[in-house]
Amino acid sequence: MIWEALKLAVKAIFRNTLRSFLTVLGIVIGVAAVIAMVTVGQGSSDRVTADVESLGTNVLIVQPGKDAMGPRRDGGQARPFGLKDVETILTEMPEVETAAPIGSRTLTAVFGNENHATQVLGTDNRYLRATDWPVVMGRGFTESEERSGKAVCILGETVRTELFGFADPVGETIRLGTLSCDVIGVLEAKGASSFGSDQDEIVVMPIRAFQRRVAGNTNVSMIFVAVRDGFSTDDVKLEMEFLLREMRRIGPEEEDDFSVMDMKQLASMLTGINNVLTGLLSAVAAVSLLVGGIGIMNIMLVSVTERTREIGIRLAVGAQGGQVLMQFLVEAVVLSLLGGVLGSILGLALAAVGAQMLSVPFTPDPLVVLMAFAFSALVGVVFGFFPARRAARLDPIEALRHQ
Amino acid sequence: MADTGMPPLIRLEDITRIYGTGEAEVRALDGVSFDIAAGEFLAIMGPSGSGKSTAMNVVGCLDRPTSGHYFFNGVDVAGLTRDQRALLRRHYLGFVFQGFNLLPRTTALENVELPLIYKGMDRTERLHRAREALRLVGLEGREHHDPSELSGGQQQRVAIARALSGAPEVVLADEPTGNLDTKTSLEIMALLVRLRQERNLTIVMVTHEEDMARHADRLIWMVDGKVAHDGPMPDGPLHGAAMVPGVTS
Ligand SMILES: Nc1ncnc2c1ncn2[C@@H]1O[C@H](COP(=O)(O)OP(=O)(O)OP(=O)(O)O)[C@@H](O)[C@H]1O
Ligand SMILES: [Mg+2]
Repeated sequence: MIWEALKLAVKAIFRNTLRSFLTVLGIVIGVAAVIAMVTVGQGSSDRVTADVESLGTNVLIVQPGKDAMGPRRDGGQARPFGLKDVETILTEMPEVETAAPIGSRTLTAVFGNENHATQVLGTDNRYLRATDWPVVMGRGFTESEERSGKAVCILGETVRTELFGFADPVGETIRLGTLSCDVIGVLEAKGASSFGSDQDEIVVMPIRAFQRRVAGNTNVSMIFVAVRDGFSTDDVKLEMEFLLREMRRIGPEEEDDFSVMDMKQLASMLTGINNVLTGLLSAVAAVSLLVGGIGIMNIMLVSVTERTREIGIRLAVGAQGGQVLMQFLVEAVVLSLLGGVLGSILGLALAAVGAQMLSVPFTPDPLVVLMAFAFSALVGVVFGFFPARRAARLDPIEALRHQ
Repeated sequence: MADTGMPPLIRLEDITRIYGTGEAEVRALDGVSFDIAAGEFLAIMGPSGSGKSTAMNVVGCLDRPTSGHYFFNGVDVAGLTRDQRALLRRHYLGFVFQGFNLLPRTTALENVELPLIYKGMDRTERLHRAREALRLVGLEGREHHDPSELSGGQQQRVAIARALSGAPEVVLADEPTGNLDTKTSLEIMALLVRLRQERNLTIVMVTHEEDMARHADRLIWMVDGKVAHDGPMPDGPLHGAAMVPGVTS
């Protein structure tokens, strides 16, 4: 009986192919949007994780404030770190291989007629070494430059091309905001990050110069820590939290006013943001599935009216209400599943193109496709039920008389 | 009524069927009682609007009387649910309509198969039975024609094949020849008579045409929702006045 209903459904659907196609368009778009969204979102999460982990699984980031990147409960008033905190960490913790202070601002870099807004990072050679970021032209900072906070800088590849084109920048002087700064080197090109931001969009200067001439204070907004090989990052993290509490004299009842994040946490936080975005977009896309369902209900109601006589004939030869209901319900479900199939194909194609464009991996998840299928079947059942029930409840004589 | 101890196949007891209420009330059937024995060929005649179709629909379990009792094989149909009445139609009744009522864009074979699908018959058996029924009505070779590709007479043959494919006990035909010319009508009647004999069918037929009614062996004449005459097919003329008692022509 279900087989017969399936055959009938397919026949009825392809009897009016164009109409059926237009009917399922809403489902197609909904399913395609959800699948494309989730697949690309998943790909970009994977990419973020991979990127962050490529920084090294042995890296810890120390920041003032409880939730470094989330909303600050303390309104951003957490006590800042200073340069001597970096040194304390280095001397107190032999498990730490390097620790580097970091401060950052966005400033306009000017050379001659060219100007270019860029990120200015105050740090020192230790950071460049720990992140494996070689100077490919010119040189790194000298010890005396770092100590005295001389206004020298190393350019990221993008800033170099923007300001100097093909000319050699080493030895030239650029302006960063109001500060004049001698260019001493150029960093190796790194390319785009997981979020599409250009990592070469950067100017690096000694932290002391940054503090004095750019930030106007002695704060360190972030401490970058690399753990020595052979030590567990988790253990070091715990120990560091202990040390920092002591250094910042936090009482046993008080909460931390800083955070130590390892790369796993950082990755999961970043992918968390990504997932929330993906979820929101998918929810919007799911609304079109709902609209698609209403389209199906509409056309099924039309179909029931058009086929009233057929229903009358079926009832006359002995069809029971449930069998008529089943026939129309199966038709609605087949219709919406068809939309699900078309939508899945379209969605995967869109995701493949989108992944290519955003340069994230294309990793279709069979579970997502399956869910989209299940959901479109559900839409068919839910929105097909009302028309099908109407068909099943028709009065046989009136149905037979219907013209 | 012959007292055999067995209930008749069909018994109508004081059936009324009222459409509408109050001012607009129409008594389509007004106290109709009659029995139909298995194997009978009954013709129902009467003026337009006298309630013939309404009576057929009640007998066919497509409609429910407003009051009165309808016993099929001794079972009170009033006590059956909608689905049980569907089962009764499925297993015991076959319908032939004036307008043929075939499924459009569906081949003759598939139309004839329809009742068998609801009987839950498997495909091979179904095809066999449907072909057999089409052969019986003389439509061999037309199995794969759509109704739109068949003449009126051929369409009605398909409808008869469909009514018979489920091997019903009773065939209900409401003006089966109403849309056909006389020659074709006579062919259809000959077919019904032959099938009745071969299969020992009970046939109830509504008709306006005397020539068609003559093939039956019993006549009910209805007037204004009431049975005005009920008896063996008379030899004399079959017009209204002759049928209504107390009116002499
Ligand atoms: N669905 C309905 N609603 C209201 N009145 C109806 C309905 N069906 C039938 N009637 C009325 O019931 C009466 C009997 O109708 P019925 O169709 O049984 O007549 P009939 O004898 O078959 O007529 P005909 O020979 O023209 O087919 C008529 O007066 C008709 O108007
Ligand atoms: Mg009638």
